[in-house]
Amino acid sequence: MTAKPELIVDPNQDTVWVEHVALIDRIPRWLAMLALAVIVIGIWDLATARMGWVSPIILPSPGETLDDLIFVGKNLLTGGYMLEALWTTTRTVFWAFLIAASAGFSLGVLVGETKFGERAVMPYLVAIDTMPKVAFAPLFIAWLGFDIASKVALAAFIATFPIIVSTAAGFYAASENERMLFKAMGASRWQTLIRLKLPTGLPYIFTGLKIAAVGVMAGAITGEFLGGGKGFGALIRESASMLDTPRVFSLILYLSLLGLALFFLVAWVQKRLVFWNKADRPGGVG
Amino acid sequence: MSMAEPRPLTASPAAVSRPVYEIARLSKTYARNHLTALTDVNLTLNKGEFVSVVGSSGCGKSTLLKIMSGLLPPTKGRVVLEGKPVTGARADIGMMFQQATLLPWKTTVENIVLPIEIRQGRAAAKAAIPRAHELLKLVGLGDFANVYPGELSGGMAQRASICRMLIANPAVLLLDEPFSALDELTRDFMNMELQRICAEQQSTAFLVTHSLAEAVILSDRILVMKPRPGRIVEEIVIDLPRPRTLEMINTPRFGQIVAHIRDLLGKEAFQ
Ligand SMILES: Nc1ncnc2c1ncn2[C@@H]1O[C@H](COP(=O)(O)OP(=O)(O)OP(=O)(O)O)[C@@H](O)[C@H]1O
Ligand SMILES: [Mg+2]
Repeated sequence: MTAKPELIVDPNQDTVWVEHVALIDRIPRWLAMLALAVIVIGIWDLATARMGWVSPIILPSPGETLDDLIFVGKNLLTGGYMLEALWTTTRTVFWAFLIAASAGFSLGVLVGETKFGERAVMPYLVAIDTMPKVAFAPLFIAWLGFDIASKVALAAFIATFPIIVSTAAGFYAASENERMLFKAMGASRWQTLIRLKLPTGLPYIFTGLKIAAVGVMAGAITGEFLGGGKGFGALIRESASMLDTPRVFSLILYLSLLGLALFFLVAWVQKRLVFWNKADRPGGVG
Repeated sequence: MSMAEPRPLTASPAAVSRPVYEIARLSKTYARNHLTALTDVNLTLNKGEFVSVVGSSGCGKSTLLKIMSGLLPPTKGRVVLEGKPVTGARADIGMMFQQATLLPWKTTVENIVLPIEIRQGRAAAKAAIPRAHELLKLVGLGDFANVYPGELSGGMAQRASICRMLIANPAVLLLDEPFSALDELTRDFMNMELQRICAEQQSTAFLVTHSLAEAVILSDRILVMKPRPGRIVEEIVIDLPRPRTLEMINTPRFGQIVAHIRDLLGKEAFQ
């Protein structure tokens, strides 16, 4: 959006500036999103159903995918075997998230609040964090079997680290002035932790929880790919091995709804709990 | 502006009131870098007195204030408030920092009773709320008690932090450049407010500042410090009448005092 003066030769006249608003700024966001979706689906349709450039085994047409989406949707709504699979995965995700949140928060407090945690524990956590955590899947299966427990373990393992890091960072986030204020008020370590460091760190902790929500989904599905069982991941793998690509597509779509639900649940709790963070803080720090 | 009890206009109010804070032969060496930040500092604050300390950057003003507030242990010397040695944070010390440092998740009035909440618990904090409202009226923030700090301007936030400092009726107020983050007009206004509040509450106050004008307009006495090692080199009694007004800045007497201090400090410290 640049403003250009209209060239007016007469110096006695006022100069008029006209702001040129770019085309994309005039279109509402939903319309832009819709337009992109229409374009992408149009090309997709063209490449599959209309022109047949791509084999249906590699990429089903939008129509086939929609048909299958409706089929899977019906199965889910009527309490079919797919609902059972979704329920299994939901339980996995739920328990994994709960474990990751508690373990991550506890370790985060240890690392962020104690010298021992910072000096002795943190280096190990950083080392483990750099490993490809999915590689631990066979170990979890060997330890916990092919049931839901091994999937919960893998998903929780993946999701714990972002929570540790963000919790520790959140506990460091209180400013020098705020710490000095609490010291001057004679606050105990516990009071400083609960009344200052925890609330200050909440926005950071929630950032970690959101990353964990994504990680927990990835972990649960990976676990079900590798360890079988009755979850959605197993359904996807079976469909793929039968070259039922439309089914794979629609299963992934329904699965992503589960991920979205978890993510928005965390975001919703954050909005409730960290109500002050939207306003900037002229009265606070800096 | 109502003045509960104007301060005596004599040159030495010290003569008429009792000592509140006494420091003798105080020295501080930072162990980390073997730096002698303060050496042989002696000072006495009397009841109801306003004392400022000025000095170039790094001469140990903040160090002195931190020791006086119990946030930092001294290396040697006597630091006594109301007859009791200062060994740590104390309820009868009110502090104010350069930043207002209000907690954004608490309303203004909740922020003000925070020191009570920390020391005596939630019940006591609740009982202190009427007093907090009184203080908010005193600083002209009566309508902002239930607002979150995010909605306060810088000057309003500092006024709220004045209330927080006063809530526990401290015996002494320690102020480390409290208004230096504010713009000049707001700062002048806040200094006049501070004078009025201190007079009404009969507070004993100790101010660290970089502004000579601010020190002169507010203080009964000014202590001039010099660095390496930090020490008090002169004490200047300000004999301007009270209540002080901003117009006094233009009087010859004011100019003389400022010129004298500037001379003492040398040219390097202030522009
Ligand atoms: N925690 C510390 N450890 C070691 N040296 C310190 C520490 N804090 C301050 N000092 C040193 O002590 C001296 C006095 O510092 P102080 O902060 O008291 O100065 P100041 O007069 O408040 O300066 P300013 O006007 O810039 O705020 C400085 O030389 C500083 O480098
Ligand atoms: Mg300082």
